[in-house]
Amino acid sequence: MRRIEIAFWLVPVAAFFMLPGYLVLGSQILIVSLFALSLDLILGYAGIVSLGHAAFFGVGAYTAGLLSVYGWGEPLSGVAAAALVAGLAGFVVSFLVVRGEDLARLMVTLGVGLLLYEAANRAAPITGGVDGLSGVAMWKLLGVFAFDLNGRTAYVYSFVMLGIFFWLLKRLTRSPFGLELRGIRENARRMAAIGAPVRWRLVAAFTVGAAIAGVAGALLAQTTQFVGIDTLGFNRSAELVIMLVLGGAGRLYGAIIGTAIFMIAQDYLSGINPLYWQFWLGLLLVVFVFFARGGIMGWLEAFAARWMRR
Amino acid sequence: MTQAIGVLFDGIAYGSLLFLVSLGLSVTMGLMNFVNLAHGAFAMAGGFVTVVAMTRFGVPFLATLPLAFLVTAAGGAVLERTLYRRLYGASELDQVLFSIGLTFMAIAAATWFFGASQQPVHLPRFLLGQVTVLGLDLGVYRIFLVAAVAALTLTLGVLLARTRFGAQVRASVDNAQAARGLGIDVDRVFSVAFALGSGLAGLGGALGIEVLGLDPSFPLKYMVYFLLVVVVGGAGTLKGPLVAALLLGVLDVAGKYYVPQVGAFVIYAAMVVLLIAFPAGLFGRRR
Repeated sequence: MRRIEIAFWLVPVAAFFMLPGYLVLGSQILIVSLFALSLDLILGYAGIVSLGHAAFFGVGAYTAGLLSVYGWGEPLSGVAAAALVAGLAGFVVSFLVVRGEDLARLMVTLGVGLLLYEAANRAAPITGGVDGLSGVAMWKLLGVFAFDLNGRTAYVYSFVMLGIFFWLLKRLTRSPFGLELRGIRENARRMAAIGAPVRWRLVAAFTVGAAIAGVAGALLAQTTQFVGIDTLGFNRSAELVIMLVLGGAGRLYGAIIGTAIFMIAQDYLSGINPLYWQFWLGLLLVVFVFFARGGIMGWLEAFAARWMRR
Repeated sequence: MTQAIGVLFDGIAYGSLLFLVSLGLSVTMGLMNFVNLAHGAFAMAGGFVTVVAMTRFGVPFLATLPLAFLVTAAGGAVLERTLYRRLYGASELDQVLFSIGLTFMAIAAATWFFGASQQPVHLPRFLLGQVTVLGLDLGVYRIFLVAAVAALTLTLGVLLARTRFGAQVRASVDNAQAARGLGIDVDRVFSVAFALGSGLAGLGGALGIEVLGLDPSFPLKYMVYFLLVVVVGGAGTLKGPLVAALLLGVLDVAGKYYVPQVGAFVIYAAMVVLLIAFPAGLFGRRR
């Protein structure tokens, strides 16, 4: 780990001690960061533009939430179950996604997301429909730490989970597998020509991404003790893509930085007026597409490169 | 039986609206491979032009329709010239982000100016009520809709098949590179087609207030439907989107009428299945 990375990870630790009033927002940022990381693998590394990634987030959230509602409130096994179910869903969907061209991929992910949203909406007796799933009660974490109202346990729990999966994803993206994914993103035909099983690599990436999104969903369900139907919504998928691109897709730290900036800005601006937020977000997107395609991380890297040369 | 025909007719009226709005998107996606998620915003703009013209300036409904067409066509032309044009060669992700950004701005602006509620439209008296045709009670406005869209479609069909501009559009869709090589100004063709498509969307939005409703969430609510028409119908033709839109309209209305508990599920399921079965659309030309 480089020094700058250590400094990066010290920020959330410092926030825990210095901003005790913001722990709820803090743990949401940590959880959505994990969600953004899962999309980064699919979009940033494998190059599949997904407009329905919230489907897997929602599947994970409902899995963990329903487990608890039906009497099993152990957090870690809940997360494991969510990862399993979401991963399975991702595996099935991946075959539909891998088949098509770019536009068809976009539409299939969009369609699957909407389909699951409608399903959860219609299955109101189980999922609570638009009212959301309440009555999620969690047992103590590791049998010791109860989820408190100040969100201290939730924050540390989310932080540790984010750390673990970040490390896993870092290993994964630096492995030959990660390199293959980047190759496929740049030119799938050439990768096939040099013998890479393009289809199976994409299936694997999509499945892993879905499973991690499920973990993030489960964390949100467990720490807020509630599952809203918006966990499956199109807005969540779209916002996630925005966060990732804002930070810089194809860079793991970009996913976290983008999420943090997005959510802090959202918290601040929509506190003034939700309309402002939506308008400025739209404008920001348009400006970003024209002027800053690499996102914040790309911008930082360019800046660092210029500074080094001096 | 009469009821089934009534549902069918409502579905056709709904489908013809979808067709009218989606046609412009079909051009954008077929001609320039541009995934324009903001297309619904043009339809919404047309709807608001009609509402403003009627409530603030007292223009009669029918007279607002050409206005809705012209204003959105002009808006489309300006946006195409200034922004869209720069992203033709860009990646799909950039196009998606850009058009989502535009959509968000349109929604926020519409909420700011008009509020979040549904906009009312007061149709002239001769378009209200029902008439009995061959023993069927049909809404007058829906008959008017179907007739208007049919007339427009015929006009467009002639435009595409018989005029020089139509031939240029067809050539550009088939093979932009070869069309350029033959001296067709593909960029200009596209600018005109984009403005025309935006105008038609605006007209569709204005005509559709009564059927689709009009509120700031319109662009997102119907985004999938418009995309679906184009993706299923295949881009760059009249026939494909027309059949797809009618199919979609009838399916959606019938689904909501006969199996309301399933709701929009039918449409989304149909969409995923169709996409997998026909990756290039029902009438798509494989590239």
